[in-house]
Amino acid sequence: MNSFTFAQAPAIDAAVREKAGQPGSAYIGGGTNLVDLMKENVERPTHLIGLKKLGLDSITASADGGLRLGALATNADTAWHPEVEKRYPLLNQAILAGASPQLRNMATDGGNLMQRTRCYYFYDLATPCNKREPGSGCSAIGGYNRIHAILGASEACIATHPSDMCVALAALEATVRVSGPNGERTIAFEDFHRLPGDSPERDNTLEPGELITGLDLPAKGFEKNYSYLKLRDRTSYAFALVSVATALELDGGIITDARLALGGVAHKPWRDKTAEALLIGQPATADTFRTAAAQVLAGAKGQGTNNFKIELAKRAIVRALKQATEMNQVVDDNAFQNSNP
Amino acid sequence: MSHITQAPLDRLPVALAPTQSVTLHINGQDHTLQIAPWTTLLDALREYLDLTGTKKGCDHGQCGACTVLVDGKRINSCLSLAVMQEGSEIQTIEGLGTEENLHPLQQAFIDHDAFQCGYCTPGQICSAQGLLNEGKARTEAEVRELMSGNLCRCGAYPNILSAVMEVLTNEESGTKNLKPKEDVGQWAAGATKPDMAPVEPAK
Amino acid sequence: MTLQTDYIGKPTSRIDGPAKVLGTAKYAAEFNVPNLLYGHVVSSPIAKGKITKINADPVLALPGVHQVFSHENVPSLAWLDRSYKDDVAPGGSPFRPLHKPEIRFSQQPVALVVADTFELARYAASILEIEYEEEAHETELTQHIDEAFEPGRGKTGYQPPKSRGNFGRGWEQGVAHVEANYSHHAQHHNPMEMFATTVEWLGDKKLNVYDKTQGAFNSQQYIMKIFGLSKDEARVISKYTGGGFGSGLRPQHQLFLAVLASLELQRSVRVSLTRQQMFSFGHRPETLQHVALATAEDGSLTGINHFAVAETSQFEDFTENVVGWSGTLYDCKNVKLGYRLSKLDVYTPLDMRAPGAASGSIALEIAMDEMAYAAGLDPLEFRIRNYSDFDQAQNLPYSSKNLRACYREGAAKFGWDQRTPEPGSMRDGNLLVGWGMGGGIWDAQKQPALAKVSLDADGHLTVSSGSNDIGTGTYTIMTQIAAESMGLPIEAVTFVLGDTELPEAPVQGGSWTAASVGTAVQEACAKLGEQLLKQAQKMDHPAFKDAKIDDVQFANGQMRLRSDLTQAVVLRDLVQASGEPKIEAQNSKLPGMVDMIKPPKYSMHAHNAVFVEVKVDPDLMTVHVTRVVNAVAAGRIINPKTARSQVLGSVVWGISSALMEESVMDHRFGRFMNHNYAEYHIPVNADIHNIDVIFVHEEDAEVNPLGIKGLGEVGLLGVAAAVANAIYHATGKRVRDLPVTIDKLL
Repeated sequence: MNSFTFAQAPAIDAAVREKAGQPGSAYIGGGTNLVDLMKENVERPTHLIGLKKLGLDSITASADGGLRLGALATNADTAWHPEVEKRYPLLNQAILAGASPQLRNMATDGGNLMQRTRCYYFYDLATPCNKREPGSGCSAIGGYNRIHAILGASEACIATHPSDMCVALAALEATVRVSGPNGERTIAFEDFHRLPGDSPERDNTLEPGELITGLDLPAKGFEKNYSYLKLRDRTSYAFALVSVATALELDGGIITDARLALGGVAHKPWRDKTAEALLIGQPATADTFRTAAAQVLAGAKGQGTNNFKIELAKRAIVRALKQATEMNQVVDDNAFQNSNP
Repeated sequence: MSHITQAPLDRLPVALAPTQSVTLHINGQDHTLQIAPWTTLLDALREYLDLTGTKKGCDHGQCGACTVLVDGKRINSCLSLAVMQEGSEIQTIEGLGTEENLHPLQQAFIDHDAFQCGYCTPGQICSAQGLLNEGKARTEAEVRELMSGNLCRCGAYPNILSAVMEVLTNEESGTKNLKPKEDVGQWAAGATKPDMAPVEPAK
Repeated sequence: MTLQTDYIGKPTSRIDGPAKVLGTAKYAAEFNVPNLLYGHVVSSPIAKGKITKINADPVLALPGVHQVFSHENVPSLAWLDRSYKDDVAPGGSPFRPLHKPEIRFSQQPVALVVADTFELARYAASILEIEYEEEAHETELTQHIDEAFEPGRGKTGYQPPKSRGNFGRGWEQGVAHVEANYSHHAQHHNPMEMFATTVEWLGDKKLNVYDKTQGAFNSQQYIMKIFGLSKDEARVISKYTGGGFGSGLRPQHQLFLAVLASLELQRSVRVSLTRQQMFSFGHRPETLQHVALATAEDGSLTGINHFAVAETSQFEDFTENVVGWSGTLYDCKNVKLGYRLSKLDVYTPLDMRAPGAASGSIALEIAMDEMAYAAGLDPLEFRIRNYSDFDQAQNLPYSSKNLRACYREGAAKFGWDQRTPEPGSMRDGNLLVGWGMGGGIWDAQKQPALAKVSLDADGHLTVSSGSNDIGTGTYTIMTQIAAESMGLPIEAVTFVLGDTELPEAPVQGGSWTAASVGTAVQEACAKLGEQLLKQAQKMDHPAFKDAKIDDVQFANGQMRLRSDLTQAVVLRDLVQASGEPKIEAQNSKLPGMVDMIKPPKYSMHAHNAVFVEVKVDPDLMTVHVTRVVNAVAAGRIINPKTARSQVLGSVVWGISSALMEESVMDHRFGRFMNHNYAEYHIPVNADIHNIDVIFVHEEDAEVNPLGIKGLGEVGLLGVAAAVANAIYHATGKRVRDLPVTIDKLL
């Protein structure tokens, strides 16, 4: 970890000014991923701007009937917020599928969007990585890429975005509110994270100095039919190999609205509107689900050790859609009962 | 043969940030430290305050050994900077119970043999206290899931589960874990005082 | 008759429990001695090559940085290889940190930066500029099988495996056959406590060394020889160890580095490794195995062939007994065994919980399952038909062996008789259910150990031995043994360990501590008993006047005549009457040559049988181990409470090994890439469900007077194989390359 100075910013505009005035500075919300990356020397900010006093930790109803999540609300407070539990259970499930209770108590909603990939090579300074050091090469290509992308990757980078929460936010069509040197603006969730292309060092479309101030959830929460299915190498406290966030509206067995987004498969939460369109108007049956799954993975490309994720993702989509339809799902794997003979 | 430079990301050392005064409120007491911003809460506890009950198992938020309670909520102290915690109520294992008056979780961990090497134990216990504070876990499955942020390489999980379940059940039923369970049973009755008078053989 | 001070065999809470739950138990990095400096290790980014330049000046210019140690400035230390050999070192030339510019493995420690604070040392280490010339490295075992060689007998007690009979003939005699390759990848111990050493500089080269180790004396010998220190100067203390599993058997880099820095700077120094650096030293070696089995019409094994090739470093030949167990566990006349090593550009592997046996039992016990299917037999019935009542490998009878009871009681508890054999034939709703089994064998060992006992005038007994408690329960069981031996209440006994100023004890490994140190404690107590009797006789106590030691017993705080229990004297009264503050005794020195060369009369082993239930999602192929019954025959169980925990832990290890644990090396870099707890997966609480532990009755007067066989390893054996066998039973998919991750089942 390098040396840095620290100051709590008193207000949003002051924070933004401070950021603009100090090259090499960074915002710090809950800590977690940024502190981790600083210990690995992947991030070397020379000044940290604390956000704790900005008062952005509330969760409030918004005028359009939706819900506004303050950027500094913790993941845990968000997941357990009564309105989130009641109206956006998909978001509740996704958040609780990620990290650990301790990390969810620290990590903020804004920070969740800003977390960086878990690519082994990104984290290890002994190996080349275009995301960490542009132009040095991608070690994951041709290497160990179990947790890497099967969709939307480039020759420069096959990293994945590790968030669970963001997969649900993508499916729910959240909006990101930001403040920056040029004032406030909003970013549609699908436009927030980006694909690596030839500039994988950029994870998202924030302009320099911009600060996430909140997330807006639209009024429609899909509280009746939804599923967040996460598959990983152990039951809990592990990043997704593949995760699926799906939400449906059903009318007499016919799908009238559908959302489908995947985690662990791309540089950004992977929402597929074409697949959603294939679901809408169709009966909620296994055939329909398989058609949608095939669409999502149509352009998938394995990188060697992650080839299995293409098939796994297909099966996960079908299962998640089935769970969302039937809503008798096993919420997590712990529901396995013992069968003493 | 290729030439490799294991290089600094910033070639020349920048000026080191000065230390600053940081006051941490820990286990009901204020502690003022003169530390640089790069000191994590975990290192502040262990290296500057000699509160070594909080453990460092990975230093990256991947094991839970460093779990402490901040304003009643469990967090990984390794991923938080000490300067970020000014004004918070921090509780560590040292603030949970005493030798004479063990916290019910501490007693339950002994009774259920919920540890072996003991290194993850303070983190497990603080995490369990956080779990109790949250009030989200009722069933064994929920406790397993919500205790999954704490690794135990000795594999004491089944015993950790039963220890936490016992305290959880007692809390719910309003009873306190008043008395340690006597493992030794009736055979030890009368034999447990070192300064006892000669005793007769048991029948 | 049960005496009030009988403790052996009684479930007893850990003596060290309060210290551990209160956080007052201090581990190596937690001794905050005054004026402490911090060292941070710089690790090599390359696997092979050499350092051409170190630019330490900018680092040394930082205020608060004291020194940068590297091969360029390390003072001349011990010259000979043997000075660097610790007690557990395999054959070869041990790695010497900061000795030469050559890089021999990825993450090799290449420098130590010492500074006033932990943060500064870490930062300074991050800006240390080092240049390397990289050379091509070889780290891929599968590419180097042909160069594998048969290692010789090492000093570590390794015996090359012995074949017997004629496997070729046995194979031909068989009517059913199986033959397959099995493999598992490297694994790292990853104890929760990261390796650390705090060296307290007491002046004039005198050091208190708080080290994370499984053997304080091993660490002491190591630094004495390298740095030319006397025993007095190099006191090593290790009261609590945050897990070992074998990783602390050999001194690790940080011990050398911390002592070096302390002696050079004449200051107290702490060096802690990072979690990533925990992947820079010993590991369970990747091992490739081949097993062929044949059975006759009646299901009896006619031939066993087990061959293994494992990795080792370029500089040491790490050996372990992978295949030898296959010549013992089952009855078979024709056994062919082979074991080879291949040298790679990696650090030397290291014993890891049930070294060799854990690996070998994966191949043997999966193969046994395959053989049972090929022979049309139930896997349990098949093992019972091939039960070994006589150790054919050593040509000796067993001192005791109650594996039959493990089979019987384990199967009954599990409900094995409800199993239908066809793969995929059992369901729980939509889930596939699989039941599999396995088991294993581990030798009951005993090492020379010393213990001292001291009874004071308050009737308090202090027992000491420089052993260790890595979580195994040593504190507790030694207290139990001493309390029962002297007939004192357990609260009147204190056991002290982990200090080289105490009587010498072996490293804690091989499951031998309970037997070795327990026997030493028992012997020391017996000597104390003799002295107490003498004291009673000195006092002209009429009842004891002509009594021999066998005529008295120690119980309930007294010494009393067996023939008339009312004739008793309180122990503390004896001390008080002696006029001395305490009466002490120690067991005799290490066993004489005669004892050492006496040929063994018995084969002495612990056994287990494990039954596993998995549930598998038929579409997603996620696997959950929902039930395990592990039945263990390990002689006398001193403390069923801590013993159960040890076996529970073993089962968790087995599940981990079966389903998730794997150090993944990228051979292009010769580097383990998942070098952290996030990507090196071990189970979390949510992965672990019901585990039953059964200790079957087993009395053994031959192993040692206490009848202990040891528990650290045996519970792990066969667990991983049983999980893989259960997965086969559930899915029909036979995975022979562990761990069985989801990609292998899709």
